[in-house]
Amino acid sequence: MRFYEYESKQILRDAGMPLPKSHFCTTDAEAEQAAADIRGPVVIKSQVLSGGRMKAGGVKFADTPQEARGLAEEILRLRINDLLPVGVLVEEKQDIAQEYYAAVTWDGRAKKPVIIFSDMGGIDIEEVAESHPEHLSRTHFSALRPFSDYIAKQAVADVGVTGNDLNALTRIVAGLARIFIERDMTLAEINPIGKLADGRIIALDCHMDMEQEAQRAHADLLNALGLSADDKRQARPPTQFELDAEHLDGSDPRGVAGNLTEFDGDLGLIIGAGGGSLTLFDAVRAAGGRPANYCEIGGNPSVNKTRNLTKLILSRPNVKKIAVMMNVVSNTRVDIVARGVVKGCIEAGFDPAEKITIFRIPGSWEEEGFAILEKYGIPYVDRSVSMDEAARLAVQNMDK
Amino acid sequence: MSILVNADTTFIIQGITGREAVTMARECLDYGARLLGGVTPGRKGREVHGLPVMDTVRQFTDTQRVDASVVSVPPAFAADAVFEAIDAGIPLIVVVTERIPRKQVAQFVEYAQQQGTRIIGPNCLGIISPGKTRVGGVGGAANSTERAFKPGRIGVMSRSGGMTVEIANSLSEAGLGVSTAVSIGGDAVIGSTYAELMPLFDADPDTDAIAIYSEPGGRAEYELAEYMQRSGSTKPIVAFMAGKFMDEMPGMRFGHAGTIVEGKADTATEKIANLAAAGITVADKVGDIPSLIKQRLGA
Repeated sequence: MRFYEYESKQILRDAGMPLPKSHFCTTDAEAEQAAADIRGPVVIKSQVLSGGRMKAGGVKFADTPQEARGLAEEILRLRINDLLPVGVLVEEKQDIAQEYYAAVTWDGRAKKPVIIFSDMGGIDIEEVAESHPEHLSRTHFSALRPFSDYIAKQAVADVGVTGNDLNALTRIVAGLARIFIERDMTLAEINPIGKLADGRIIALDCHMDMEQEAQRAHADLLNALGLSADDKRQARPPTQFELDAEHLDGSDPRGVAGNLTEFDGDLGLIIGAGGGSLTLFDAVRAAGGRPANYCEIGGNPSVNKTRNLTKLILSRPNVKKIAVMMNVVSNTRVDIVARGVVKGCIEAGFDPAEKITIFRIPGSWEEEGFAILEKYGIPYVDRSVSMDEAARLAVQNMDK
Repeated sequence: MSILVNADTTFIIQGITGREAVTMARECLDYGARLLGGVTPGRKGREVHGLPVMDTVRQFTDTQRVDASVVSVPPAFAADAVFEAIDAGIPLIVVVTERIPRKQVAQFVEYAQQQGTRIIGPNCLGIISPGKTRVGGVGGAANSTERAFKPGRIGVMSRSGGMTVEIANSLSEAGLGVSTAVSIGGDAVIGSTYAELMPLFDADPDTDAIAIYSEPGGRAEYELAEYMQRSGSTKPIVAFMAGKFMDEMPGMRFGHAGTIVEGKADTATEKIANLAAAGITVADKVGDIPSLIKQRLGA
């Protein structure tokens, strides 16, 4: 679950972190009122799940409430990377003397959470890591022991910060690390942390991402933000096809037909399992094919689920034919998948022999499965044919 | 020889009365594995395929040697089950469960490191040494397993359970066969990475070369490349990287901290270049793995 900036800042505020005054607004009138309440220059920030807001024109400064209204109206209509904002954040403009960067994330290699801290905030942190490594610290900590403040202090001190700033930054970084670990985040980032002209240090922008598997455990936080524990947010909003696929998968617990993702090609793919799908999708493209979708089937999906998936994929006008391919399967039954795709083709009004370019699922119950494919005249191959070769045949048979 | 397991390896299944675990138990027994029984709290006295069910792991370890445990319990109870197995002194724990939040994984992995316990997984299918034993569901029914996994001299490590079987099958079809195959798990934090298992394959006189399946995301390939350069390991590795198309889907990731850990991108393209620079052969197609291994072995 990716949080919007205004949500991430609410999480920081609830943890007692220092932040600028701000209001989340969904209309230009609200933005005008918010700027009037703040009584001074404001910054208006697009609330969108995309980076590069500043460059795209999604962050603007206003001196008066009237100006704020006009800019909010503009930003609310501005698409950034094809996304419309859910609102704007109207925030007190700050006089910034110095910017810092702080993030907590997982390091799969150390198998521990890691704090990344820099005294060169506000700019591309990867650039800092490349060009100014001495300005960036990486500090791992234990997920097992309660978080100790000294770890945050170490992270800050390692880039050479001392004095009052060290203590103020330690409080912010320690608070961020606690939110990260206690709330099962995969990323908690404040960029920048600003040192103001008057010496105060506050969080200016924030991103957080909660692990989907842990959302149920944090229903309190999600509900307080007006979200539900089952909500999902992705990089782009799902298409109708993807929503239909999700519904189809959720309505039958037997097996999985997951991660349906729409592409604009002409070859529908019924592929699995996880790694097999990644491999096969690449293989189809390498063979010159144009996939109409990505998906991952597995865990022995029922005849019904595979049938509905087949019908859904065939319902898209751009789909000319489909290919049914998996790695050598252990739990999924070849005959059950075969029955599902045959049924789906027939019910969609097509001859499976013409609609299915290739069937390549070797493994459990393959003799029974291959017998079904024979009966309907569907081209199939067994385990002696590699996934790449099967993908090539799928593409070749598009023109038959 | 083999790595991690051998024909004498005794093990239990935590969560043995679950639907998938009952099937896994049957498949392991049919394959000839030395499964002792399993644990489901409150079910002591029952049997699964004639094997005893106990309430606690200690009820097994108090009376007999238990070399390994397969954890197949729902995600909400998985971390607790792993801690129980570690505290009972079981040296090898294979965590099959999917969707365990990574904080909990990091917690039991860190504790396991302190206690000297080896964790494989989570989100994996287990370990198999063809003709000797298998610990976990890898390969499915015994007859399918025998078909896909012929005994041989190639090690396999894979982040995908299904691709463990696919690659083993292609090695078997090519007459090479498999010494030990480890489904290491697909999660962001796992108990044993490629680089952590490589020393075991290096030390195994019955493994001549290693086949690896990998995906975008994470740092495990960089760690492997570094291990190869540092250790002077001479066993040939052929790796395959799936998911190249994901490199062309910008915007599917958010925030930079995840990619900043090592200061490099974690795309398939970057990983392939890094593996190749460490002397690892990278297969363009998954089906090329057996022939590339034969080339590397000079066969």
